[in-house]
Amino acid sequence: MSGFGVLLRRELALSWGRGGGPLLALAFYAATATLLPLAMGPEPARLAAIAPGSAWLALALASLLSLERLFERDYEDGALDLLALGPAPLELAAFAKCLAQWITAGAPLAVLAPVVAIALGAPPSLAPMIAVTALVGGIGFSFCGGIGAALSLGSRRGGVLIAVIVLPLFAPPVIFGAGAIDAYAAGLDWKTGLMLLSAYSLATLALGPFAMAAACRNALS
Amino acid sequence: MIVALEIENLAVARGDRLLFKGFGLALGAGEAVALTGRNGAGKTSLLRAIAGMIRPSAGRVAFRSAHGELPAEDARTRDLHLIGHQDGLKPGRTAWDELKFQVAWTGGTIASAEAACERLDLMRLRALEVRKLSAGQRRRLALARLVASPRRLWLLDEPLAPLDAERRNIFGALMREHLAADGLILAAVHDPLPIPARSAELTS
Amino acid sequence: MIAALANPRAFMRFSRWAAPTLGAIAAVLAAAGLWLDFTARPDYQQGYTVHIMFIHVPAAWMSLFVYGCLGVASFLGLVFRHALADAAARAAAPLGAGFTLLALATGSLWGRPMWGTWWVWDARLTSVLVLFLFYLGYMALDAAIDDEARASRACAILALVGLINLPIVHYSVVWWNTLHQGSSVFRADGPAMPLSYLAPLLTLTLAYMAAFGALWLVRIRSEVWRRRAAVLALRAAG
Repeated sequence: MSGFGVLLRRELALSWGRGGGPLLALAFYAATATLLPLAMGPEPARLAAIAPGSAWLALALASLLSLERLFERDYEDGALDLLALGPAPLELAAFAKCLAQWITAGAPLAVLAPVVAIALGAPPSLAPMIAVTALVGGIGFSFCGGIGAALSLGSRRGGVLIAVIVLPLFAPPVIFGAGAIDAYAAGLDWKTGLMLLSAYSLATLALGPFAMAAACRNALS
Repeated sequence: MIVALEIENLAVARGDRLLFKGFGLALGAGEAVALTGRNGAGKTSLLRAIAGMIRPSAGRVAFRSAHGELPAEDARTRDLHLIGHQDGLKPGRTAWDELKFQVAWTGGTIASAEAACERLDLMRLRALEVRKLSAGQRRRLALARLVASPRRLWLLDEPLAPLDAERRNIFGALMREHLAADGLILAAVHDPLPIPARSAELTS
Repeated sequence: MIAALANPRAFMRFSRWAAPTLGAIAAVLAAAGLWLDFTARPDYQQGYTVHIMFIHVPAAWMSLFVYGCLGVASFLGLVFRHALADAAARAAAPLGAGFTLLALATGSLWGRPMWGTWWVWDARLTSVLVLFLFYLGYMALDAAIDDEARASRACAILALVGLINLPIVHYSVVWWNTLHQGSSVFRADGPAMPLSYLAPLLTLTLAYMAAFGALWLVRIRSEVWRRRAAVLALRAAG
């Protein structure tokens, strides 16, 4: 598995080094979160009610940002050819890319998520739950997003196309994650929601790479 | 370890267009073949079909080892270098980082990477970012992994185009060494190779 | 039968008579179904809105049925690399989107007088909406990739991923609703169906299926012709 280690380290360096690493995604997240009270009106009670959900939604959108570059750059400059002819199967390469994406963008976003939610008026007691769901859900967003990114390789529309493909796939983690936070806030059973979210994330982690590798091979052909 | 490449009756189509059909070639250890043909004849597609990326419409590509037929997947991922028009180098990274990765990925070591840098006159360029290199320098960097990672079959797509005459000769020496070590070379070219090679023409 | 149709020539011969026949059947069944629809006695609960239900429910069934057909065609295209299966999958998508849109629109029209709201976020409606979004994404992907063979395979992969995703979405909304409403899950189809309603419902369902069959065959035929024309044009260009 040394091939995987080499690749993961490279992907981490590449995702981190590009354009300020996670700063772009974090800035986008903060900006969308700022627009929300401007759109909904500053009434604290109303904002507080939707704060956790909106923070979660903005997180999903921010995760879409760096997807376009996940495979596209490698496809354009020929690095994907090299990945296809290496010691690790393309599935593992796809897995490494999405994992690196989660570590360099998803995790920082998950750290920012409770801050954003509290800034929007959520009670601070929700912070740990929001952070955990954002971290776990971030895996789902990275791997589902990777499927969209791989499928739209070689297409003319890029970023927006990825979003359109991927948003139906984002529906379950958004529902599970926001639902878990809501349940936690209301004192209901939140463990089920968290488990469902984890199950979804694990499923995308396990199955996503196969779809991504198939899509990459299709693009290379 | 690939000792022979056999192509029988190969046909490749791109979209609805049939590029070529009935192509056959047998390449053994220590042999080099220069693939010629006009632009658009399908030289790049042929190389990619051998590398397994394009599925041929007809015919087969077989790799032989000393013990019989080699499973294509093993041959392609362990014993084959494909150098196309693009070099797969990331602009923001240093030349040395990129070479280290490419060599580690294709089965070489740091020591062999350094040796390759010496041979291809890249030592002074190592700390530079890839985007600061000229076309010739990038090409030499891309070719370095051929020397650093020991894979038997070289599939080269117009490898020497951006290089000057002196560097071509240097690379010619490397190709001769590779053939002497039982390597196989299939290169798509417009100009003659700096080493003696059979010629195979791709006609549509 | 699918294997027999796999040969493009056999398919073209079959669809030449099958498409107009199905079209005629669809027209007859639609006329019959609509007549049964408008002569059905209004339900004491649903009132006159029951007429919309007969158009809505089969449309919703069809949106899922077409999705299933698309999934099967995608699978066959992926596994057997069959151009006709690929073409069939891509041809089905706009038809599926159309049925889904019809279901969503008529569902809203039906729901407003019934429950006083244009929309409600229960599992069934949300799933149909996500299905509609899936169709849009599928058609967008198809349109965005120039190379046809690649577009077909990419769309086929998307279809299979979406096929797995839809039940998950459905379940997630079921779970989410149990959170908010306890154990009373919103039932979107109202009370049980009296027998006199089954006739128009089934007739219109069959009409929709026949219409889908006709339109699908026509679309696949035009795809086959288009490819033949493209090949001829390329050959003429030399």
